Amino acid sequence: MPEPVLLVRDLVVEFATEDGIVKAVDGVNWEIYPGEVLGIVGESGSGKSVSTLTLLGLIPQPPGRVLRGEAIFKGRDLLKMKKKDLRAIRGREMAMIFQDPMTSLNPVLTIGNQLGEAVKTHFPDKKNDEVEAHVVRMMQAVGIPDSERRYHQYPHEFSGGMRQRAMIAMAISNDPAVLVADEPTTALDVTIQAQILEVLKLAQEETHAATILITHDLGLIAEMADRVIVMYAGKIVESGDVNIIFAAPRHPYTIGLMDSLPRLTLDEDWLRPIPGQPPSLINRPPGCPFHPRCFLSQGRVRCRTDEPPLGQIAPGHLTACHFAEELEGRTSHLSAAAGTEVAQ
Amino acid sequence: MFAFIVRRLLYSIPVLLATSFLIFTAVSLSGDPAARLKANPRYDQKSIEVIEKKYKLDKPIPVRYFYWLKDVTTNKLGTSLNTNQPIWPDIKRVMSHTAQLIVTSSIIAILIGIMVGVFSAIRQYSIFDYTATSLSFLGFAMPTFWLALLLQILFVNIYLKWDLRIFYTSGLNNPDEGAFSLDRIQHLGLPVATLVIIDFALYSRFMRASMLEVINSDYVRTARAKGLAEWRVILHHVFRNALIPLVTVVALNVGGLLGGAIITESVFSIDGMGFYFRSKLAQLDIYAVMAWLLVTSVIIILANLLADIIYGYLDPRIRYS
Amino acid sequence: MLASAAAEEAFEYGLEIKARSQWAYARRRFLRHRLAVGSLLVVTAIFVCGAFANHIAPYGFEDVDLIYGDQGPSAKHLFGTDELGRDYFSRVIYGIRTSETVGLFVAGLSTLIGVMIGVLAGYYGGWIDNLLMRLTDLVLTLPALAILLTFSALYGSGNKWRIALILALFFWTGLARIVRGVFLSLREKEYVEAAKAAGAGDLRIMLRHMLPNSIGPIVVNATLTVAQAILVEAALAFLGLGIQPPTPALGVLVFEGQDLPQDWWLTIFPGLTLVLIVLCVNFVGDGLRDALDPTQRRVRA
Repeated sequence: MPEPVLLVRDLVVEFATEDGIVKAVDGVNWEIYPGEVLGIVGESGSGKSVSTLTLLGLIPQPPGRVLRGEAIFKGRDLLKMKKKDLRAIRGREMAMIFQDPMTSLNPVLTIGNQLGEAVKTHFPDKKNDEVEAHVVRMMQAVGIPDSERRYHQYPHEFSGGMRQRAMIAMAISNDPAVLVADEPTTALDVTIQAQILEVLKLAQEETHAATILITHDLGLIAEMADRVIVMYAGKIVESGDVNIIFAAPRHPYTIGLMDSLPRLTLDEDWLRPIPGQPPSLINRPPGCPFHPRCFLSQGRVRCRTDEPPLGQIAPGHLTACHFAEELEGRTSHLSAAAGTEVAQ
Repeated sequence: MFAFIVRRLLYSIPVLLATSFLIFTAVSLSGDPAARLKANPRYDQKSIEVIEKKYKLDKPIPVRYFYWLKDVTTNKLGTSLNTNQPIWPDIKRVMSHTAQLIVTSSIIAILIGIMVGVFSAIRQYSIFDYTATSLSFLGFAMPTFWLALLLQILFVNIYLKWDLRIFYTSGLNNPDEGAFSLDRIQHLGLPVATLVIIDFALYSRFMRASMLEVINSDYVRTARAKGLAEWRVILHHVFRNALIPLVTVVALNVGGLLGGAIITESVFSIDGMGFYFRSKLAQLDIYAVMAWLLVTSVIIILANLLADIIYGYLDPRIRYS
Repeated sequence: MLASAAAEEAFEYGLEIKARSQWAYARRRFLRHRLAVGSLLVVTAIFVCGAFANHIAPYGFEDVDLIYGDQGPSAKHLFGTDELGRDYFSRVIYGIRTSETVGLFVAGLSTLIGVMIGVLAGYYGGWIDNLLMRLTDLVLTLPALAILLTFSALYGSGNKWRIALILALFFWTGLARIVRGVFLSLREKEYVEAAKAAGAGDLRIMLRHMLPNSIGPIVVNATLTVAQAILVEAALAFLGLGIQPPTPALGVLVFEGQDLPQDWWLTIFPGLTLVLIVLCVNFVGDGLRDALDPTQRRVRA
């Protein structure tokens, strides 16, 4: 068993807001191994973005605060590192791709300037033409046409898809060990999403970077992830191999997520969303965070009083549900291996 | 870029024409420009008739407008009805004095405003920030004329009590002193200080707000994620972008600056455009007033044009629109 | 997929939270700003003093008392007297009345005009918008104070209502722009299209659907206009081209006081009053902006 390249233990992150203290990440444990793609799935507010932004120190502190936890990267704890050391890792050994490429790029600087900056920050001795050549190569690698000319253009002259390609190029230009893609396709048109997915896959294959893919799009997870973590209300509710999670989910929330996807092969009249609202992250009541919306709970006392721990129900498959055994034998209509649904 | 400038220049011309028409109409509608003359016993009926003929006062307003426009552009901004002197030489003289006042105070106010605004934003909610914010609010609430008076009273009393002349409280300079002498500085010191205090409030507030907006933007987060040192993030990404809207603010404030000049020059008896305007208006010297308004319109249009050009240079998104 | 009873309950609870009044939320936000609330109290107190000047001022503003002329602040005359022995405290209070009248009138009228023009320009767009915006642009091309001075001198005749009217006819431009902006963006929203499809007339759409969304900026702008109007009116009076003596106005009082720099109270007190009023109104406006425009957050969650 190889060593995980990134190991997160008991991470708790909270935010001070006008309405109270929000526990955005509430005791989260996961690890990622070299070369694998780990998908983190969840609704908005589940804590999936915050958990990775914290690792790179990109959460403003105040109002954010890391209450406790450790994040071991190559033997060092990211959360306890000095700013200088963390900066050396950011963009070099751990790189991030953000959601909205229009707002994530500085509108008054050229693409070449910004991508080059990523390189020069970590390799200040490289000469300008070396850097430019390298950046152009990266741009070509992600499929930006006419890279040499586009190097001198501004972000607003790029289309949405091209901008995201530029962001990906920027992230991989220093050959990072860990790549974090935070909702990389959400802000793009559906047709472009497929293209960017291909670019991401290519980037991952070329760099052999351990990739953390954060999204609420299950299709993306099916296409790319090796393992999946499902988050809800700041906690992990299920995790395991992607094929197993898709074929036989063992948490009511995961099941709800899968079921809420419309089925193409069946004739249906209604969509099946998960009823209710996500809980407020301020002063959460005791018990399982999902129980008010859970079909399995049926108002059982244990769900309301005891928070279910994340426990193993099969090798490599963890779930946080008191009554997970009752879900035995259930299969969903989705199969990750097929990347699409299986006729029932 | 060049096409952009040319386009803006061409656009300014109809604006200027429309403005001049508005000025002329609005002012002329208020009454008979020759009213003062008619009230003046020194002018007899015959002379008044001659003057009326010369200024075409018997014709309707739109016609008079064209004659006025022609006169103004070809004949030294026309002739004052009251003094029978050409207007342009006077305005030229006072323009240079006011220019000194406004340019000096603007540069100082902008520099201090930027520094304070940037620092307030970087150290948000600190004591410095709160102090600066409070001072800005005070600056917004302060009537320019009152501040000018306060400074004047203060330094008058300093002189009276301790026989110490730090700043002069009226006039442009003592006789035989030049435009760039220490004496001139002493005379302009208080008016400049007044305008700086008032304008600094605006610029620092704005710079702070702009910095805060940029600091919280996504591309700054990207810059940090790339591993840049914080000082470089601030300098290269935040500051540059935050500065851009300030150009617009300064340009839009030119009108306000001229208003400020009117007030401070009145209080400190400075022979500048503001003082000129006020006295001409009080004397109801219609043609001088209209010429003044026309000149200031040109100045403001040019200032806006300059701001547009600078903005286009700083923000590439504008250049191609 | 059964929605258990608990789930249904939670669902309804969620709906209930959303239904809580928008106004209650805004009011709560405003009351959190102690500075704004405090300023509101101070300003209201001052305005009430002005409104009831007849009852509060210890002396009439014209009452002459030559024996006590030219005196500094004392127990008998809180703000001192001028060379004619007129009590300055009373004069300032009457001055407040004039200033507040002008300020409120200008804010009210300019808001009315500005909203009407902004609604028309923003809702109909096209050439109406173009025309109206060019008009406001032209007004902005001229130096504000100079224009106001010109109109005051030519048409104002020192009368406070005329001056107020002139100011109102100038101040509407700012609000018109804001309202127009809001309407332009709202015009594209789906619920407007839906209302149109349902057959709602233009006026109804404007009033019922779009105007409520712009109340926030309108209120904030109107409040700040009060402060601006008071300041400008004072400046006009000070330069001798606005409200003229003997009508008491704060600017007029400073104007009269400037000839006697040794009698510092003649300029300080009216000016301080001005600063206090404007400062408080600005704070209230700022608090309102925070309360009614929650998109401008200070904390990024």
